[in-house]
Amino acid sequence: MTESQDPATRPARPIIELRDVEKYYGDYYALRKISTTIRQGEFFSLLGPSGCGKTTLLRCIAGFEELSGGALLIDGRDMNGVPANNRPTNMVFQSYAIFPHLTVEENVGFGLRRDPGTKAEKAARVAEALEMVGLKGYGKRAAHALSGGQRQRVALARALILKPKVLLLDEPLSALDKKMREQMQSELRKLQRQVGITFILVTHDQEEALIMSDRIAVMFDGEIAQLDSPERLYRRPVSRKVAEFIGIMNFLPATVVEVGAEQVALDVGGLGRLSITAEQCPGGARTGTASVGFRPETMTLLFEGDPEPTRARVAEGKVTEVVYYGDMTYYEVLLDGVEKPIQISMRNVVGRPVLQRGQRTRVAWDPAALVLFG
Amino acid sequence: MKQRKILGSEAGNGYLMLSPTAIYSIALMAAPLIAVLVFSFMTPGYLKIIWKFTLSNYTTVLGDPIYAALMERSLVMAAAVTAATVLSAFPIAYFISFHVSPERKSLWLFLITIPFWTSYLIRVFLWKVILGYNGVINSAFEAIGLIKQPMTFLLYNANSVVITLAHSYAPFAILPIFVALEKIDRSLLEAGQDLGESQIMTFLRVTLPLAMSGVVASVLIVFIPTVGDYVTPTLVGGSSGQMIANIIQLQYFKLGNYPMGSAVSITAMGIVTVLALIFLFLNRRFLRGQK
Repeated sequence: MTESQDPATRPARPIIELRDVEKYYGDYYALRKISTTIRQGEFFSLLGPSGCGKTTLLRCIAGFEELSGGALLIDGRDMNGVPANNRPTNMVFQSYAIFPHLTVEENVGFGLRRDPGTKAEKAARVAEALEMVGLKGYGKRAAHALSGGQRQRVALARALILKPKVLLLDEPLSALDKKMREQMQSELRKLQRQVGITFILVTHDQEEALIMSDRIAVMFDGEIAQLDSPERLYRRPVSRKVAEFIGIMNFLPATVVEVGAEQVALDVGGLGRLSITAEQCPGGARTGTASVGFRPETMTLLFEGDPEPTRARVAEGKVTEVVYYGDMTYYEVLLDGVEKPIQISMRNVVGRPVLQRGQRTRVAWDPAALVLFG
Repeated sequence: MKQRKILGSEAGNGYLMLSPTAIYSIALMAAPLIAVLVFSFMTPGYLKIIWKFTLSNYTTVLGDPIYAALMERSLVMAAAVTAATVLSAFPIAYFISFHVSPERKSLWLFLITIPFWTSYLIRVFLWKVILGYNGVINSAFEAIGLIKQPMTFLLYNANSVVITLAHSYAPFAILPIFVALEKIDRSLLEAGQDLGESQIMTFLRVTLPLAMSGVVASVLIVFIPTVGDYVTPTLVGGSSGQMIANIIQLQYFKLGNYPMGSAVSITAMGIVTVLALIFLFLNRRFLRGQK
């Protein structure tokens, strides 16, 4: 596991500490010695493909699964042997798990049974929680008559009313349609800032993780491959696997010629010799064969009349595919001397033509946008 | 031309498909029921019916304490059978639904139906063998020296009727409860615990209310037929285990008094219907639509 320093995150005390957390079923390892710290008040995402262990980890934190090894501390307290009902966590389930035999307010107030408050106080808290999630006046409705988005809001209110130290969200948006999902993403983010509770979100949707999170842990095969801020994760993925999982990344074969303290000299097929900074090698650098990656938006097609780039370098190639998206156009360009076409995305600007397949083009690129993978 | 149109239409096809069932229901259920209803208002003659309208049968049924006593005993015994059956069926259904692996569930349900492989009559006789004066229980207890004389309270009374009926109706009670439990989204139980409730409280606040539709179905499935059961009390009930159906049988076939037997039947049906409706009404909040 690699964790790089992130200057942007605020100094905060840890709320969850994982120490060599392991979970196995028979000889199948769901989690392999995970050690990390989740900070008080952050929006933390567990991102990975299905079967990577992200949901298992969330369920271990919630107390639905027992650890096979290691230790889990919530707010400094060892959770070993503490059942789910005694943990300072609450969960928003993937299916929302709204009790179908209860009304909306009975659902939201479900966890208040042992609360010492009077009936009126509890009712006021339920109303307040419903208002917070935008369901004011829905209290008397039967839970089974709600839409998907409303169910999710009820699930949120039901969990937040108990003021947990950590709110766990198990793919809460996956069942919603695209428009609803986007709306809930920004609402969840706002809600999290407003209540200041640590949110841990499990998702397989990299875009969702990037939009919502303060930090993201990318998981593969029961391990955290990279834990970073969304921006660093996107710009400086530590491995090809992480890079491929998050957004689109073009890869070109390269040879590392020399590794210096500050600079690394490379020979990249199709782009020639160049040198990059050590910071562009988040996974480290060794001499020998390697590959470099760059995002589609870091390269630019040069059109007739565009000013010659001053800093960037220029390569030439042929357009092999054009996909027009309205605001953007995605090109596949086969650079001279390269075997596989690369993807380049261009914002569509007034007066700039859309190239056709087979046309020759010049491509401006900046060595500072490259990332080296060992 | 018009005829063919009706036969070919969707509604026509529907009625066509429904007709065997409809004919069966009308011929074997509705028609006899109407006959019984008509009989109950006729004047009884000796071994024949005098076709003259009267309410005297009903005044006898409602006035003679023997009918009230038998009806009351039938209801109490049916309630006891229902309670015993449903209370013992619930843990079994719960076990199969929650603790048997999915691929084994069908096998377990299959095993539960094994008692149905033999005729009901044989099962009742088997209980006679088990509970009888020289039966399995008495012989065993005598052999190990627990009792000197065979116990006589085992057979030919209300207890033996309750035991026998509870055994016969167990599978009927298990299945609806099992189905209701199977429908419960397991994440609801995790949600209950996540919201601070222990397993027992989660059972009481989530599992049980959601299983109530099955429990209600089980109660009705067991209670309604057992009130009117006739074979079991005849065979193992003795004189103190006689139920309302026994006197109906007596009126019809021993005394040949069809109008009187019909009036008792209709009254018993009415009482059971009213009780079932009250029961459904009391449990209405568990039965409303759930997704």
